[in-house]
Amino acid sequence: MKVVIVGYGMAGSRLAAELRDRGTDMKITVLGAEQHRAYNRIMLSSVLAGKVGERDVEITEAAGHGIDLRPGVTVTAVDRAARQLTTADGEQIEYDHLVLATGSRALVPPLAGLDTTNLPDRVAVFRTLDDCRRILATADGARTALVLGGGLLGLEAARGLAARGLDVQVVHAVGHLMERQLDPGASAVLVRTLAGIGITAHLDAMASSVTAGPDSVTLGLAGGRELTADLLVVACGVRPETEMARTAGLTVERGIVVDDRMRTSDPAISAIGDCAQHDGVVSGLVAPAWEQARIVARVLAGDDPTARYRPLPVVTRLKAAGIDLAAMGNPAPEGAVAEELSFADPVRGTYAKLTIVDERLTGAIMLGDNPAIGTVIQLFDRGAPVPVDRRALLLGRAIGGGAAVTAESPALMPDAVTVCQCNTVTKGTLVRCWRSGARSVDDVVAATRATTGCGTCRDAVEGIVEWLSTVDSTEVAA
Amino acid sequence: MAKPLLGTLRDMTGGAEAVTATREVATHCPYCALQCGMTLRATPEGKTEVLARQFPTNRGGMCQKGWTSAELLDHPDRLLTPLVREDGALRPATWEEALDKIAGAIGRIQDEHGRDAVAVFGGGGLTNEKAYALGKFARVGLRTKNIDYNGRFCMSSAAAAGMKAFGVDRGLPFPLSDIGEADTLLLVGANVAETMPPFARYLTEQKQRGGTLIVIDPRLTTTARQATLHLQPTPGTDLALANALLHIVLSEGWIDKDYIAARTTGFADVRRTVASYWPARVERMTGVPVADLEAAARALASGGKTIILTARGAEQHAKGVDTVTAYINLALALGLPGRPGSGYGCLTGQGNGQGGREHGQKADQLPGYRKIDDPAARAHVAAVWGVDPDELPGPGVSAYELLDSLGTPGGPKAMLVFGSNPVVSAPRAAHIEERIRSLDLLVVSDFVLSETAALADVVLPTAQWAEEDGTMTNLEGRVLRRHALREPPPGVRTDLAVIAELASRLGTGDRFTTEPRAVFEELRRASAGGTADYAGVTWERVDAEDGVFWPCPSVDQPGTPRLFVDTFATPDGRARFLPVEHRPAAEEVDAEYPLYLTTGRVLAQYQSGAQTRRIGPLRKAAPNAFVEMHPDLAARLGVEHGDEVVVTSRRGQMRAPARLTETIRPDTVFAPFHWGGAARANSLTSDALDPTSRMPEFKVCAVKVELA
Repeated sequence: MKVVIVGYGMAGSRLAAELRDRGTDMKITVLGAEQHRAYNRIMLSSVLAGKVGERDVEITEAAGHGIDLRPGVTVTAVDRAARQLTTADGEQIEYDHLVLATGSRALVPPLAGLDTTNLPDRVAVFRTLDDCRRILATADGARTALVLGGGLLGLEAARGLAARGLDVQVVHAVGHLMERQLDPGASAVLVRTLAGIGITAHLDAMASSVTAGPDSVTLGLAGGRELTADLLVVACGVRPETEMARTAGLTVERGIVVDDRMRTSDPAISAIGDCAQHDGVVSGLVAPAWEQARIVARVLAGDDPTARYRPLPVVTRLKAAGIDLAAMGNPAPEGAVAEELSFADPVRGTYAKLTIVDERLTGAIMLGDNPAIGTVIQLFDRGAPVPVDRRALLLGRAIGGGAAVTAESPALMPDAVTVCQCNTVTKGTLVRCWRSGARSVDDVVAATRATTGCGTCRDAVEGIVEWLSTVDSTEVAA
Repeated sequence: MAKPLLGTLRDMTGGAEAVTATREVATHCPYCALQCGMTLRATPEGKTEVLARQFPTNRGGMCQKGWTSAELLDHPDRLLTPLVREDGALRPATWEEALDKIAGAIGRIQDEHGRDAVAVFGGGGLTNEKAYALGKFARVGLRTKNIDYNGRFCMSSAAAAGMKAFGVDRGLPFPLSDIGEADTLLLVGANVAETMPPFARYLTEQKQRGGTLIVIDPRLTTTARQATLHLQPTPGTDLALANALLHIVLSEGWIDKDYIAARTTGFADVRRTVASYWPARVERMTGVPVADLEAAARALASGGKTIILTARGAEQHAKGVDTVTAYINLALALGLPGRPGSGYGCLTGQGNGQGGREHGQKADQLPGYRKIDDPAARAHVAAVWGVDPDELPGPGVSAYELLDSLGTPGGPKAMLVFGSNPVVSAPRAAHIEERIRSLDLLVVSDFVLSETAALADVVLPTAQWAEEDGTMTNLEGRVLRRHALREPPPGVRTDLAVIAELASRLGTGDRFTTEPRAVFEELRRASAGGTADYAGVTWERVDAEDGVFWPCPSVDQPGTPRLFVDTFATPDGRARFLPVEHRPAAEEVDAEYPLYLTTGRVLAQYQSGAQTRRIGPLRKAAPNAFVEMHPDLAARLGVEHGDEVVVTSRRGQMRAPARLTETIRPDTVFAPFHWGGAARANSLTSDALDPTSRMPEFKVCAVKVELA
């Protein structure tokens, strides 16, 4: 079977790898528009930050093993009747099954003075490695930057640029940051956190115009205010790349409409990743894209023809030096009797709000130092029951974790407590040993073998012997 | 180096009054791979006393297992005569009768079904001499390819990963003393505070020096409680965790570029692989917060002395080799292996888990860690054994596959077991017990009637550690001397004597000896030139030098405490990076079996418990199996502390009281595997095998728990 994958981003490269790992005899061709090896888009903000180089974001390639990998190839037409693609070079490629993994493209809002098809030098979007190169070319030597858009992508760009030492201002049209994931309270704490790492947020700020000059770029805001910087990054969201599908006559709404097997309206064509719309949802995240790639691989390779895509719970995560943010689910489910847990310490940048319905997490926002964040994400992901003691979700797992023996006063310690684990010596045994004549730590050790294993109970045994000698001398004196 | 009074039998009274003489020997503990130095003393009253000894490994420490080890010597359960099965029951027999019966049955079975119809199953607790003799007996005496041992369930994943990356497998490539001096120490799936307590002295030392201890374990174990940072991942996700740590190290620019360039190959593929393990993704898989992953990576990359150690928690998985490889990749990227005071190592489990895997007990190996399918290796060993290389069998199958095939149409019809109790210790044990029961002939050599011995057709009473001379190789690759304090009781023989007697009845008696020293001399020649080269090790040197580290190719060389200082044992002298990907456990939780089960050990018991369950103080300290679970889980199940619960997997059931603790994840239950019968945890465990090491997946499977 000839399988052609159009798109070599996170979804397309994953599918190629999934198919390769199954070692089938399919002939697989991958056509990528970008002129690069496969790379991890998640790491681009670290590239902006200057922490990693381009080479460091490369991911494992599926090349070899019967996979024909062709970067820098643009597909211009799909002939569904003939099951044939045409590339920009005029080459024709046949397929038995076609997978569209064309991703999305950055959305540039119509702003006065901005040619959205030909951005000026000091203005860039932030989605691909080429976008990164473009930003870095300008950022080199720059001191200030503007980021239009206070969603996840905008904040990723902002933190990358801030890490380079730029003074960054984020301009956001809505009254709070990441409004799809956060509530106003979390946003307020986040604004404060961002300020701490050199990022200023302008909220309720509607951009209206862009004026790009040779040395600076100015963003005009509704109300007449203007912000000027060396660089402007536009991060106003993405739009599924569906043009090829639409031209080919596939059903397209916001994205290319697919069923549970990720099949489009043409059963010989699937779509995965950012370009696909499953059950009304275009995900735009890596985890669902990879799961979709796995489903398509299982169906195509035949190891599980009945595999069906079930949407994964969505977890949004922003983690960088100085920022630790996770948001998931719906913090305010309608019509349900919800239990809400919250904690806020804005001065230290910590905020947590969790919603529980029927002992399950339906949503959570966690910002700052939340030691239970890993547990919360897994409970949400699996729909697993939450702890009886809800504080464990806010404060971490270290509740009743078992204090070291040394922390207890010998007088208060029950006789049955095992002081020396390695030799199973209880406090009672040590006391009896003393009563029968042992008068020093060495005597007690010789008689009970306490401390002779790992040695960590040495302090505890010494404490008990000291306590016994005090108690005894008091008794004698009395 | 000052030499303590070691080794030879000494008469403390100077021989003046022989009747009241107290005799003592400097030897080592019979249990785990730490092989604590101990002194055994025979008192005039006929008692045997155990004293902890100052030795470079245990430094005078010893745990309760060691202190009480002598209680088994004259225990009422001790077997003092051979037993043979007659009319369904075991009855005492003479050695002549027992050995004749075995030899006769072997002859009949091999005549009818071929040589491979007789299998040998060894153990990681046997001395080097016994392990060597057993491997030779299988190949030369029985001429069967079917020999493997319980170490397959223990060290095989770390061994395979070490061979791939470094070209050699020695548990620790550096002395234990390095561990106490590490600035950062990472323990992956190692609960040393319970499994080898005196080892924890090095953790204390490390802490007192201001070091950072990081422990990765799904449970907040006694060891994890001592950690500076405890990472508590979902069972079966250690590999992803390692890849995330390396991802962070790369992203932060903490790799050792010069080391990678000069001493390794294959980095580019690993770099691209771990690029897909960004911390937030792995946080979701493991449940370990990104902040903790970052803190761990930072500590590991601090630039000081860093040591990474794995143990069974990471290794006993169907992806155990890849998991260990992921941690080796991390160590290599940080430039640790071969750097003084730093490195990667694994913590060997059984007493001679190291030596036991070097001298031919493994299905695919010949002495000296040679490969049995290597013509040069076959020629060398065949010359030492005085046989034609073509007569040596080829590789057999691994331990689980061997046990699984017993009594099947193409499988062995007879098995001889030495130093192992697979009815309790094998995975999917109910099935394995059924296979063992289907044999025409089962022979077990042991000193008590273990669960496996109880099924045998012939049981041979064997000598204990205090009654035999020989060598053990500890977790550091240090060859140690075991000294006999006393003769075996009347009616008891050594395994070497059993092997020689059987060989004699099978027509190759001239090639076997009952003398351990003679066996060791032959082992030296057989291992010469191999990976694990013992040619330069002598019993005298071992006594005089507090042990000798292999490889030691000649008597005028000092041995090798530290490997990899200048080169690795690969053909090009470079360590190999190998890309590895996470994959789910062979059996993940689902609606029917919604909980993870992980198995392990408790301090007062050892392995299948055949020895330690019979010792009063240990039985008192750890009287029975239990099922450890989080109180939240218990509340949902309606279980209270101490209630009997039934745990069920797709392979079987176990029954034991519930033990409630907040130190375990609420999605996971834990059971120790030291007990048999209804409380046998291995009735539940998975027989999914690692594709390379054939290690079974003991550490994770899916179960349900119900009130009994």
